Amino acid sequence: MADFEVGDELQELRVTPDKYLPHRYAGASGDYNPIHIDDEFAKAVGLPRNILHGLYSMGLVAKANAVALAGGDPRALKKLSVQFRGMGVPEQEIVVTGTVKEVDGNRVVVDTVATQGDTKLIKNAVAELEL
Amino acid sequence: MALKTDAVGKEWAGTTYQVGREKIKEYATALGIENPVHFDVGAAREAGFRDVVAPPMFCVVYALPAMAPAILDPEVGMNFATMVHGGQEFEWGEVVCSGDEITTAPRCLSIEEKLGNGFYVFESTSVNQDGEQVLRGVWTNIVRGV
Repeated sequence: MADFEVGDELQELRVTPDKYLPHRYAGASGDYNPIHIDDEFAKAVGLPRNILHGLYSMGLVAKANAVALAGGDPRALKKLSVQFRGMGVPEQEIVVTGTVKEVDGNRVVVDTVATQGDTKLIKNAVAELEL
Repeated sequence: MALKTDAVGKEWAGTTYQVGREKIKEYATALGIENPVHFDVGAAREAGFRDVVAPPMFCVVYALPAMAPAILDPEVGMNFATMVHGGQEFEWGEVVCSGDEITTAPRCLSIEEKLGNGFYVFESTSVNQDGEQVLRGVWTNIVRGV
């Protein structure tokens, strides 16, 4: 049985990606889209500056759930669906919060949100874990 | 303007990715993931894994390159200048460890117009060298002003 109840808050995750994080994530993931790693290019196409990869923010949501509910066990997360909303930027704190929505035996469903300042990076993220 | 939907149902050939320890370490480091099962083969084996194990979202490393033939296909015909990644869904199966060979094949699920925007939805299926499914992905790309 999972030791969690509907309505429980996820232990929040706070991360401030540094200036070069998008470059390291680009290398790690293989996604070198210049809007993420070239500030001048990003501005030229109308963005405020180079922006974070959406899948990086999704990675933080996955990490927050695995750490808070399963001690970081990579087997726990079974399903994660997200909608990308606002654009994330480096050098500003990201906060990932969540609330347990369903508990069924070992299976826990969590609603998760990732925000940066007033911007919602990811909303309606639904994570399903098996604990 | 009517959206071109000829590619709905189209499948593309799979792309195979060889998973390695250093790549898992690099990905885990970028995300600030600290569990030693992603860095140390001894810790991974002690925890019951075959080898250094990938965090779930490492799936972008092996699945993203496999999506390129679908995303870039002229028959799909997305306008990249106004394309954004709207949504993403992953469902994990067997865990992925260093030494695995993962083959990912995309398929076009739907192309629809909603409120003047084009919604292009692709599905990907990833299997390991033993034919076990490790991932199903649903990728939603939105092209503004179609």
